[in-house]
Amino acid sequence: MRRSWRHRFHLPAVIGTIPMILVAVGVFVIGIGFSVLWSFTSSKLFPSYDFVGLAQYRRLWADNRWLVSVNNIWFFGLMSIACNMVFGYLLAVFMDQRIRQEDLFRSIFLYPFAMSLIVTGLVWQWVLDPNLGLQAAMRNLGWSSFSFAPLVDANTAIYALVVAGIWQGSGVTMAILLAGLRGVDEEIWKAARVDGIPTWRTHVSIVAPMMKGAFATAFVLQCVGVVRVYDLVIAMTGGGPGIATSMPAVYVIQLITVRQNVGQGMAAATMMLLPVLVVLAFSGLVLWRRKRRQEAAT
Amino acid sequence: MTAAQITVRDPSDQAGVVPFGPKPRGTSAGRIGIYAFLIVAALFFLIPVYIMIVTSLKGMPEIRLGHLFNFPVEPTFQPWADAWLHACTGRDCNGLSPGFYNSVKITVPSVIISIVCASINGYALTFWPYKGANLLFGLLVFGAFVPYQVVIYPLIIGLSSVGLFATLPGIIIVHTIFGMPILTLLFRNFYAALPVELFKAARVDGAGFWRIFFSIMLPMSVPITVVAIILQVTGIWNDFLFGIVFAGRSNWPMTVQLNNIVNTTTGVREYNVNMAATILTAAVPLIIYFVSGRWFVRGIAAGAVKG
Repeated sequence: MRRSWRHRFHLPAVIGTIPMILVAVGVFVIGIGFSVLWSFTSSKLFPSYDFVGLAQYRRLWADNRWLVSVNNIWFFGLMSIACNMVFGYLLAVFMDQRIRQEDLFRSIFLYPFAMSLIVTGLVWQWVLDPNLGLQAAMRNLGWSSFSFAPLVDANTAIYALVVAGIWQGSGVTMAILLAGLRGVDEEIWKAARVDGIPTWRTHVSIVAPMMKGAFATAFVLQCVGVVRVYDLVIAMTGGGPGIATSMPAVYVIQLITVRQNVGQGMAAATMMLLPVLVVLAFSGLVLWRRKRRQEAAT
Repeated sequence: MTAAQITVRDPSDQAGVVPFGPKPRGTSAGRIGIYAFLIVAALFFLIPVYIMIVTSLKGMPEIRLGHLFNFPVEPTFQPWADAWLHACTGRDCNGLSPGFYNSVKITVPSVIISIVCASINGYALTFWPYKGANLLFGLLVFGAFVPYQVVIYPLIIGLSSVGLFATLPGIIIVHTIFGMPILTLLFRNFYAALPVELFKAARVDGAGFWRIFFSIMLPMSVPITVVAIILQVTGIWNDFLFGIVFAGRSNWPMTVQLNNIVNTTTGVREYNVNMAATILTAAVPLIIYFVSGRWFVRGIAAGAVKG
């Protein structure tokens, strides 16, 4: 497929893509390189080149606040992704039942996604505020012993973050999965019905596996959202009560700005990068093997 | 259900298949269950915003009564005016309006610059791939997955070394940088789907890189540009992290000011003003969402599918 005009050096093409070159190399390669480099130094407020080996990593993993943050991101990530997927799929299945007012329901389920996580966090902070929100309203209705204040309890605050995450993100999962459901051939449903397979079995065993692409899209979007959980935490709990809802993203920013300990902050940032690198390397390997198999087949 | 309602289904949802089959029978138990589930779910999504709207229209004495769900007895727009003009962020009591103008000043140039860069990138990658271009593109897409925290500090150092840290151009550059991976991908996929004969014919006619871009590709890029604009405007308007780190105090966007107004620890909490402020901040992306409809979903889906 190679043509003579391809792969030749065209000066305008290089000039036109200078921004891309600068961002790809200048920010994503050199920038990340410096972050990793500084993680091996004793940098405080400003970067220094006084190398201290793995000392910053040792201090990082001895810091209780970091350990809590890591636990939180796993808990929040697994909970919110699982809930969003299940709830989003249920919504999509129910929306696919030829219901009235489909557009109205779709708009209602999806609109929180248009709003920023700061707004989402503030909204839920109020709804769950013991003096103003649900608890006060229920007590006012005469149920004076009603107690529901998840945000002030260190053990439950993270569940409140998960609920806010579901409120913001399950609608978009629904939209993507609904598009996937509509892409499944109607004949398959008919065939399954003829064979007497119950509807839920058809969903689990036949339709869901056919929607791999839609699930993957929704999953990637969820993962990106989990990494961006910074805004939600800041608006809703500020990382509290205490350090109960701290997350790695919050931890890194705190180390850079408030605690002015760049070396350790960059060590934490490097740790955030590691799982991303592993996932990317793995998916790159899968793609490469698939490509090779395709080439072998032709 | 009528035929008209069936045709309302969106053909662009890549389904292409309008389901036929027997009409659902009136009101069976199953149908009631479906609607019950959907209505309960809709309440879960609507109640927080209902609370915000009614609270923003109440006076403080009425709020202290604690009737969260009640409609305001004496509706007042005073909290909205206060939120816009007088609410305090720290020592300044100018309301949210400066933040709104800051957000506009940040969003408009960021969106334009990032889309211009990304469309040229996508065009060059598709039709003029030079040696190493795809490697660069791979690095860029890799950048889309990197947690922001990993590159924030080098960016702070880089921008302050050229005197752009905590300035309006600085925050615009940051938004352009972080919009580039997804937007470039968007445009590259779009151009790759165009018939290559178009490009070849122009080449035969002697048109060069820029000529083909401006007179052929650009006019054809309207649909993808709309998607890119929606994606960028909502994304940049809703941004908090870059705003608070890179914009500088005098350029803080609306989201940062909102958080400062609401999560301030001093003084009496004016819930009605806070809720009005929150609604005002959410208004711009919500308007885009309701006006653009399905384009919005398409933009998000396009932004999520990387590669």
